[in-house]
Amino acid sequence: MKQETVKAQMIETTYREAAKEAIRDAIKRDERVFLMGEDVGRYGGCYAVSKGLLAEFGPEKIRDTPLSESGFTGAGIGAAMAGMRPIVEVMTVNFSLLALDQILNTAATVRHMSGNQFGVPVVIRMATGAGRQLAAQHSHSLEGWYAHIPGIKVLAPATLEDARGMLWTALEDPDPVLIFENVMLYNMSGTLAADAGPVDIDKAAVRRPGHDISLITYGGSLWKTLEAATSLAAEGIDAEVIDLRSLRPLDDATIMASVAKTRRAVIVDEGWRSGSLAAEIGMRIVEQAFWELDAPIGRVCSEEVPIPYPRHLENASIPQAPKIVAAAKAVLGRA
Amino acid sequence: MTVPADKPHLSREHMLALLKQMIRIRRFEEKCAELYTREKIRGFLHLYDGEEAVAVGVIPVLDQRDHIVATYREHGHALVRGVPMTAVMAEMYGKQEGCSRGRGGSMHLFDAATNFHGGNAIVGGGLPLAVGLALAEHMRGGDAVTACFFGEGAVAEGEFHESMNLAALWQLPVLFVCENNLYAMGTALALSESETDIERKAACYRIASEAVDGMDVVAIEAAARRAVHAVRESRKPYFLECRTYRLRAHSMFDAQLYRDKAEVEAWRHKEPIIRFQTWLESNHIIHADDVSRIQAEVDAEITEAVAFAEAGTWEPVGELTRFTYAESAPPPAR
Ligand SMILES: Cc1ncc(C[n+]2csc(CCOP(=O)(O)OP(=O)(O)O)c2C)c(N)n1
Repeated sequence: MKQETVKAQMIETTYREAAKEAIRDAIKRDERVFLMGEDVGRYGGCYAVSKGLLAEFGPEKIRDTPLSESGFTGAGIGAAMAGMRPIVEVMTVNFSLLALDQILNTAATVRHMSGNQFGVPVVIRMATGAGRQLAAQHSHSLEGWYAHIPGIKVLAPATLEDARGMLWTALEDPDPVLIFENVMLYNMSGTLAADAGPVDIDKAAVRRPGHDISLITYGGSLWKTLEAATSLAAEGIDAEVIDLRSLRPLDDATIMASVAKTRRAVIVDEGWRSGSLAAEIGMRIVEQAFWELDAPIGRVCSEEVPIPYPRHLENASIPQAPKIVAAAKAVLGRA
Repeated sequence: MTVPADKPHLSREHMLALLKQMIRIRRFEEKCAELYTREKIRGFLHLYDGEEAVAVGVIPVLDQRDHIVATYREHGHALVRGVPMTAVMAEMYGKQEGCSRGRGGSMHLFDAATNFHGGNAIVGGGLPLAVGLALAEHMRGGDAVTACFFGEGAVAEGEFHESMNLAALWQLPVLFVCENNLYAMGTALALSESETDIERKAACYRIASEAVDGMDVVAIEAAARRAVHAVRESRKPYFLECRTYRLRAHSMFDAQLYRDKAEVEAWRHKEPIIRFQTWLESNHIIHADDVSRIQAEVDAEITEAVAFAEAGTWEPVGELTRFTYAESAPPPAR
């Protein structure tokens, strides 16, 4: 990540625009790159990420597909295996379950199963998360499930820099990379360096340094966690916020360094708690940093229900800043 | 009844009933669109504007014991099936008096009392479910029919093909009703299917089929009578393609970049309510005051539904996890 030294020129943009710019840039850089998915072209993308790209690049590069998640994801995997660099867009993670066979049984296995004769350099992007009152078939956060699968990499860009920068690095990766874009982030605006470009995809980032407790999170929950850290600061608690960025592989070193410093940890994960990514992280801390801990690890996850439609129940289902504050205080014995 | 089961019953009353149901759906959804802009209804809202004749033509032909599986564009189906408008509107609001306790919203209307097995918001997701409902019926030796509604977009999904094959292979009483409105979100039929004559797909599975003008409620009812009769008698699946058009945006988040306004205008002239109403009036079967009476009745029903929804209550947050599992079973270990 380039920063400081020369004061880069900054532009006002949004997460959606940053993601679009990443696609545009990738198509221009590499003639093997193309975008495919349901309604990416004429409709403009279900979350408008690809709006305008059809006019710019034409229907070969911005390829509308029928409603065939398994079929077109598999086709993207095949094209990648044959040397192309497809970006497959699946509307939301719930629909990706129709393509799970292709992702798990083909994309993730081929390199290992073929004795390294074939690889699948595909990138699969999809929206994830709750917050738009879309109910129980459009709101889940299943990226933690995907992070269970060896053979793929799983990214969760939470910032404008990462929305802009992760795609190209993912396309350069010889293996399948899944990128999860939290639906509540698309409208997020902010400033981004005009020359922002590729970023690394294997390191977690410390988004707020602190000494008293490590709040470990990713994706849409990052902003709620930062908000919680601000509230905690008002009560004299100095929280460190870690943005995982990559859910597979996990950057253990950054997590453990933080925990070694703060001696306390709360994991914030929009996935359901049982069998969650949060569980995995908690266990790794226990395995690698047990003797550094001063208190049991805490977790804030989604309630174990299909996400309901009404606003108040949806809000109650997923992590929110007050719950994060409460969990942090409990770990600090200040509840 | 003197009319054979597969012939429509073209009395004045019957025709007034068909007209009323279509107007009822249209006005209800116009109110929903308004309530959406007032943020009373949230999430996705998919309107059936232009397609009303399909639900109105097919559903009344079914018996009480028959089953219905629908999509997220299912307000009309629920209303025609007899789910009370009050409960449907409360569901749109997310109130616990709604037909799904408020938890589903617009896309997930359920009603056990009328065998309404839900709005499914996974495209193609309802088809295997319908096959299963019919399989149970088949195994129990019952004679109920399962009517499964879906858009032409679902035809590209593997689940469509798997379901058609299973229903034919096992000879299950499923009535597949394809609501072909020519677009799946922004994707025109010709951009998603190599064979755009959807009805022909049934032949690959040896399923009897028929395509009908989906803007003509009488033609749909006649076709539905033939279809339901065939399924009930033969205990085999049947495929009915209704050729219609969605006059509004796919949902409330659609700029409609993919089609010309002129095309939509041209279809406006073929829309099912005006078409039927004009035909009835010009044949002196109904009069202008019949229509105004229907509208007044429908408006009163809508007013009551909105009041019911407004007066409805939010499910307490403490109930959030209730019914994740059956309550009679011991709670699963945490
Ligand atoms: C498996 C799956 N993929 C994608 C979507 C997003 N989506 C919702 S409706 C729709 C279009 C479906 O078109 P069609 O089946 O023709 O029904 P219509 O909406 O026209 O009634 C799409 C792509 C979804 N809900 N489920």
